[in-house]
Amino acid sequence: MGNITTNKSIGTIGEDYAEKYGFHDPEEYFHKGARGINHEVVEMISKMKKEPDWMREFRHKALDIFLSKPMPGFGDTEVLNNIDFDNIFYYIKPTAEQSDNWDDVPEYIKNTFDKLGVPDAERKFLGGISAQYESEVVYHSFQENLKEQGVIFLDMDSGLREYPEIVKKYFATVIPAMDNKFAALNSAVWSGGSFIYVPPGVDVTVPLQAYFRINAENMGQFERTLIIADKGSRVHYIEGCTAPVYTTDSLHSAVVEVIALDDAYIRYTTIQNWSNNILNLVTKRAVANKNSTIEWVDGNIGSRLTMKYPCVYLMGEHAKGEILSIAFAGPGQHQDAGAKVIHFAPNTSSRITSKSISKAGGQASYRGLVKVHATAKNSKSSIECDALLIDEKSRSDTYPTMEIDAANVKIEHEARVSKVAEEQLFYLMSRGLSEDEARLLIVNGFIEPFTKELPMEYAVELNRLIELEMEGSVG
Amino acid sequence: MSKNKILSVNNLHVEIEGKEIVKGVSLEINSGEKHAIMGKNGSGKSSLANALAGHPNYEITSGTVELDGENLLDKSATERSLAGLFLGFQYPMTIPGVTVANFLRAAIKARNGDGIDIKNFRKVFKEKMKLLKIEDSFATRYLNDGFSGGEKKRLEILQMAMLQPKLAILDETDSGLDIDALKIVANGIIESAPKDGGVILVTHYQRMLDYIRPDMVHIMIDGRIVKTGGAELALELEAGGYDKLETEVSQEVGV
Repeated sequence: MGNITTNKSIGTIGEDYAEKYGFHDPEEYFHKGARGINHEVVEMISKMKKEPDWMREFRHKALDIFLSKPMPGFGDTEVLNNIDFDNIFYYIKPTAEQSDNWDDVPEYIKNTFDKLGVPDAERKFLGGISAQYESEVVYHSFQENLKEQGVIFLDMDSGLREYPEIVKKYFATVIPAMDNKFAALNSAVWSGGSFIYVPPGVDVTVPLQAYFRINAENMGQFERTLIIADKGSRVHYIEGCTAPVYTTDSLHSAVVEVIALDDAYIRYTTIQNWSNNILNLVTKRAVANKNSTIEWVDGNIGSRLTMKYPCVYLMGEHAKGEILSIAFAGPGQHQDAGAKVIHFAPNTSSRITSKSISKAGGQASYRGLVKVHATAKNSKSSIECDALLIDEKSRSDTYPTMEIDAANVKIEHEARVSKVAEEQLFYLMSRGLSEDEARLLIVNGFIEPFTKELPMEYAVELNRLIELEMEGSVG
Repeated sequence: MSKNKILSVNNLHVEIEGKEIVKGVSLEINSGEKHAIMGKNGSGKSSLANALAGHPNYEITSGTVELDGENLLDKSATERSLAGLFLGFQYPMTIPGVTVANFLRAAIKARNGDGIDIKNFRKVFKEKMKLLKIEDSFATRYLNDGFSGGEKKRLEILQMAMLQPKLAILDETDSGLDIDALKIVANGIIESAPKDGGVILVTHYQRMLDYIRPDMVHIMIDGRIVKTGGAELALELEAGGYDKLETEVSQEVGV
């Protein structure tokens, strides 16, 4: 907090992103396939990856599902229905090999990750890091002592190669290809992402991180992440993402499956800062077994359209699910974000805290579902949605759904929409803050419940991102 | 003489939504002086305070205001604060998620730039909190969020103490305080008001003036200062009430 800088001029938002994250590299790729999607593309991806037959077949079936499934009928249907799937590159392999040494990564890619601060974060506080560029993880490193404790942290492709039995046991069990059109597409063409397994009782005390970078125009990035925390273990995984600024859209469509076995704890933190030409259509779901805890900490700053509703299935007694999210919608952006919790077992609890900020015509929506099955007696859930509108042009919508079929259930729901009040601004300005500084302080205060959950470095980074987005709010 | 003049208001007229609220106020405050502006609700005293601080809803239609010899009226609320004006709010605003300490740091940084001395800041901050009998936990609470009336007013004085303005206008700082809180706040004002600066106490009642003896008392009725005197004027007012004064004044001016 208190990251206040001097006032900058109006209209610098795009320029700042362009300079800091929106640059792109020349494409000196090992392999770049043709545009468009069909069974040959799927076959090529699977062959290049030398996958087992079951995965190859899974991909082909998923493609059929994708082709036959209708578009979702909610969110931003206009944008969805205008996606030109024939114009997208589905698989780009930037380098022949993955490396665990930055010196072996091509200079231009290394420079990109340097600019994004990835090696710096790795040195300072991470237990392991995966850097994905287009379709493949180009750099991966992982602390020796965690390896010795039996923790597995790999890119998903290596995970499939090296631990086929674990992958086969859990892959697509939480999110089947049938789930929705974009989960089916990911299932057909997935590449990269993270595979994590934490053995029983192991506490991974330092966060593991993946960084996703899209470079090419009209790229489709389809990473696939699978995290399994075995009984009584703990892990915190963080992902970040950026892309260059282009005039035409790229597609990011990930599938993330998270499984907490009995007494385990998993926190999954996302700082999504895509450029405003990315369609971010992601399916994230976690299964919480007995006494386990799942926490989604989900920050959405960038993208043109995000549709993402991190979900927890509370399968075991006393399982807990928590989803804490913020969404920032600036000009031309639509953040359709939310949360889903399904209570299956008795004495389960969930908490959803959603905060959105809309500015300069941006649109933020909360879309949520809390379902308590008849089997989930004595469960409780609290939902809190807070929207902050920076000006009259911006928009916030709330679509909460609650389906309660069990007895003795305690549900709390609160929704608030507030505007940055003139009186608040005057109060802060009367203490010497400029109008922009005052507004930024109010916004930073509004998202404080979120930033305080982030590791310090990320909280600082997030405040800085919000500051960039808030520049030139006046007028 | 003019060197000592902190505030000079000359024939100030203020409108809110096209309606005139302040109808020609003139006022001079010299360094080291404390003035009380008294009046009933709706007399224009809070409007005067807000207009001086640069609230955007208050339109100054004529008159001049100088703070320490500088024209105040061409400055924004931010610039007025940086120039040394402080308004203690009657109803301080709640800013969730922003801690008292961070807010004060930001306000001081706005003055001193990045060269803020954190060590010294902490030391002064602790001293002032002690003076106002504020617990340390105050620093990490969110600005006015869930504060009692008394806590809010103490926070206003804490801010004044930290920012050391040239002129502090304290708008009904006494309202909503019980007698113990009133004593603490009054003592805080006496102890931490800038010695060479000026203070304007805007109040409805005389009771705070039992603790802070004003050099001058101005009575406002219907947007005008109708009577000015020494500290005894407040006591007279307390004895006779505003009604008696209003009758006197209307007889004098023949309304």
